[in-house]
Amino acid sequence: MANMLEVVNPGPLSMLQDLGRPGWMKYGVPPSGALDQEALTIANLLAGNPEGAAGIEITYGNFTARALAPTVLACAGAWAPVHVDGVSVPPWAAFSASPGQIVSIGAPTWGVRVYLAVRGGIAAPLVMGSASTYIRGALGGIDGQGRALRAGDLIATPDPPASVSGATAPACSVTARAVAALAKRQAVFEIAHSPESARASTSASAGCAIAVRVVMGPQDDHFTEAGRQTFAGEEFTLTNKADRMGLRFDGPAIEHIHGADIISDGMPPGAIQVPGDGAPIVMLADRQTTGGYPKIACVARADLDLLAHLRPGDRVRFVPLSAQDAHEALKQEQAASRVPGRALRIAIDGVEHVVALFELQ
Amino acid sequence: MNLYDDAPRFLWAGDSAVVIQFGSDISPLLASRVHRTTRALETGNLPWLVEVLPSYRSVLAEFDPRLISPTAALDALRGIVKAIDAPDCLGVDEANIENNVVTIPVCYGGQFGPDLDDVAAHTGLSPGEVIALHSEPLYLVYMIGFTLGFPYLGGMSPRIATPRLATPRTVVPAGSVGIAGNQTGVYPSASPGGWRLIGRTPLRLADPSADPPCLLRAGNRIRFVPVDEPTYYSMGGDR
Repeated sequence: MANMLEVVNPGPLSMLQDLGRPGWMKYGVPPSGALDQEALTIANLLAGNPEGAAGIEITYGNFTARALAPTVLACAGAWAPVHVDGVSVPPWAAFSASPGQIVSIGAPTWGVRVYLAVRGGIAAPLVMGSASTYIRGALGGIDGQGRALRAGDLIATPDPPASVSGATAPACSVTARAVAALAKRQAVFEIAHSPESARASTSASAGCAIAVRVVMGPQDDHFTEAGRQTFAGEEFTLTNKADRMGLRFDGPAIEHIHGADIISDGMPPGAIQVPGDGAPIVMLADRQTTGGYPKIACVARADLDLLAHLRPGDRVRFVPLSAQDAHEALKQEQAASRVPGRALRIAIDGVEHVVALFELQ
Repeated sequence: MNLYDDAPRFLWAGDSAVVIQFGSDISPLLASRVHRTTRALETGNLPWLVEVLPSYRSVLAEFDPRLISPTAALDALRGIVKAIDAPDCLGVDEANIENNVVTIPVCYGGQFGPDLDDVAAHTGLSPGEVIALHSEPLYLVYMIGFTLGFPYLGGMSPRIATPRLATPRTVVPAGSVGIAGNQTGVYPSASPGGWRLIGRTPLRLADPSADPPCLLRAGNRIRFVPVDEPTYYSMGGDR
């Protein structure tokens, strides 16, 4: 193992995540993993890692670390200023750091979670096949016991380092994928999280709610027709009860037919359960594996990653579509992200950055 | 009455999961259909299947959208369930029950079961009668959930049903056996909890570093067997 970084300040909450530990729900263990799986994947690809290497999930930024060895790092996810010894480097790109240099990730201008990948990956004990931190279950993460990162933690690459096997995507398609993922997140959150938008929503004037596509069911028949119309027609506001387990929304009550109890059953990804108060709760990667409230709908896979970046106060609209249409949307987005697109030029701190470069024909 | 009037329902759970629901109550018969379907899916060599989660009356099957479309997954699941969810399978399941029993030694009362006397007082039984009633049935593990390795059990005698503590304990030791209303269960790991504690097992029900990471799985039958304190310690029980 080679020590690459020392955590100086983990910010509000930072922890190791990979793509999670699917397959253990039958034993009571949720999948965990990066809430924005595509952003972690892209950070890894930009850093030259396999897609599923462990990275650092940084919640609301304000993270600093000291480089202990020459290293290549990459960020993706929320749009946050990244500096190396005070010099700005582009977010959503690879950069290098030398021993002694301070890498800092500031508060995001939009989004919530930044993913930091380290070339070679991050060493951690694998619990049920994954390094993902599951704090409530006290498993995974830097110590195998579910601990979040704290000041003084050493981030090391495993021995041998995680490396990209022979059959990797060419660099241009990595950046095309980054451009597509960034463009989608930017389109959703840049306006929603701008200071002007915050003022607009406090003055109760109409801004644009964030559309989240959903597939109705498995228990949409536990709701009245009016309840289903409320769910699909009204806006809901994220409360401050928002963590890796789930997102609790406020809004007009969604009406049940016969109360809010069902026989406890399995909790699918993105399940939207509605307890007796009629307010929806969207369940995320650290959700309990079973639950006893009816699930009116589940968030479409194509929009699941976006939930990682919702902030308290954000307003959403749930947009139903069929399972097959949701699947087609996911396939289309994946296909679009694998052909060269346009490089994005984005100003941050008044400096324009070309976020992703790739070969133009 | 034909048990299979209730054809399974296939419900979308997003675009990468399906709920296969067999009915709307809690019963050993529904559970046998759930667990038979679970086994068929787990042993069906289906590379697109990423989670199979049995619960009281349904199975959640999650698939990898990179490998299969929702409609193709639904067709495949319908085919598998149709082939195995039939009345003539039931006898086979019943015959397998005895091979499927996990024995759980329990040291009842004393420091390990601080609420045994309260349960006895609440139910009007002696502590010995509570122990006898608790260790008599063959319990069914309906499902595992809530936390790693926590079994939802069916089969407890209603005569020992006792409400939860008014104020939950901040720490319940791993292995504690408790009663909450009509349910009984075992805490796989130390956690806060309000169940009435009547004993403790020296067995380790959950170990994240083991494969499988827990002793029990849905569909198991378990029997609690009273052991004395020296036996509890000789089996590796914690103080």
